[in-house]
Amino acid sequence: MMQFTCPHCGPRDQAEFIYERTVDAVVSLDAAPEDAMKSLFTRNNPRGVDEEIWRHTYGCRAWMVIARNRVTNEISATRAVGPEALP
Amino acid sequence: MSQYSAFGLLRGALNGQKHWQPAWRDPEPKSHYDIIIIGGGGHGLATAYYLAKVHGLKNIAVLEKGWIGGGNTGRNTTIVRSNYRLKPLHDLFEFGLKMWEHLSDELNYNVMFSPRGAMFLGHSDADMTKLAERGDAMRCDGIDADLMTRDEVQKLEPLLDMSRDARFPIEGGLIQRRGGTARHDAVAWGYARGADSLGVDIIQKCEVTGFVRDGDAVVGVETTRGRINAGRVGICVAGHSGHVAGLAGLKLPVESQTLQAMVTEGVKPMINSVIMSQSLHCYISQSDKGGIVFGGDPDNWPSYAQRGNPMVMERAVAQGLALVPALSRLRMVRTWSGVTDMSFDGAPIIGETPVKNLFLNGGWCYGGFKATPASGWTYAHTLATGKPHALNAPFALDRFERGATIDETGSGPMPNSR
Repeated sequence: MMQFTCPHCGPRDQAEFIYERTVDAVVSLDAAPEDAMKSLFTRNNPRGVDEEIWRHTYGCRAWMVIARNRVTNEISATRAVGPEALP
Repeated sequence: MSQYSAFGLLRGALNGQKHWQPAWRDPEPKSHYDIIIIGGGGHGLATAYYLAKVHGLKNIAVLEKGWIGGGNTGRNTTIVRSNYRLKPLHDLFEFGLKMWEHLSDELNYNVMFSPRGAMFLGHSDADMTKLAERGDAMRCDGIDADLMTRDEVQKLEPLLDMSRDARFPIEGGLIQRRGGTARHDAVAWGYARGADSLGVDIIQKCEVTGFVRDGDAVVGVETTRGRINAGRVGICVAGHSGHVAGLAGLKLPVESQTLQAMVTEGVKPMINSVIMSQSLHCYISQSDKGGIVFGGDPDNWPSYAQRGNPMVMERAVAQGLALVPALSRLRMVRTWSGVTDMSFDGAPIIGETPVKNLFLNGGWCYGGFKATPASGWTYAHTLATGKPHALNAPFALDRFERGATIDETGSGPMPNSR
């Protein structure tokens, strides 16, 4: 079981969060069909660190990007996404 | 290899059982094999067995980074069934189920296949409609399926909570009576012993660290025990498919997730069939040793950690207790988890890859154990001939870009079809 640090709420239990997909799996609106296909259907799926999009669904409901090691579950970075993350 | 028999056991009883020999050799890797299979789980060992037995190939190696059967083959809930909805899945899994029925004889090794019935529970009118649809689809393809009334379910499993105010009321079920369970370790060991006796080299503690390329073709593998050349290489590594294929520069339509299971202390027979609820995602059966085996949902986030998670465990157990309240008196003795490669339509991937001489068998999600014989049989055909078998042709890697997904649950392009 993990503890995530929400950029807005601080450290919270993993049970409050829902995993969405990896950063490389976001289909951009103007993607060419081949790129959209890759984003939809394939993943880097590394046995190591990948950037994942999680949502604090049962908390502030904000999206965030979490860099997590998939073998050790160690979290190396968390950043907010969306309008509130803009400078 | 000596045949195992009741007579042999009796003879052994007279001389202190001193006649037992290792069931397979521990060979050093050779410098070249015609076919290398990466992954010594049930699927890889079955593939090697059928390559030697059916296709007459002699120079085959199975490379395993740990010990054989130590991955998902030893971590599943041992359920065997073919009760799917779509035809390509019917064809593959039913072919496999028919093989299970004779597997102990075929391997001269008791895999303890026990066709005690695999039953889906229906919890609502909508569930029953879905189960009826599935049962009809199965019967149209010649697979046994019986829709059950509430009373029939209660008669088969008297310990289910059938009360009207149950947390998950039971309206009926769908049973495949030929389904059941098998002993998972025995499947790996039986295939290993059979393959070894046909000359296959099973090389344990030998991790593949890279592929040797000649232009666009794979011509061998780099391993922790040195370079080994190969005519063809077959990946068969379940949850680690993405990692191993990544060594060849491939990005697969899979995401690895953790699936955990658990078992209670052994008790007298109390669960007669395999009880499954797909609306809840709960799987309950009783092992021949008496332990109640529980399985639940995958974690639903990517992970290569081969260990469980209390959050998911609690959910599975809560569902199990709601269905069979008597289980609350039992102590859980072990929990474990395996890494499963969730494909993007919930169906496996067997066949060629864009890299010449490199083949893939993976993406079994959490349903690989039951397919072990069929997977081995069809993958052996593909590795021997370089072409798809009729049964694995629909499961080609390029089906996603062709729009030909085999989407059993119809839920779109997400791993675990969620």
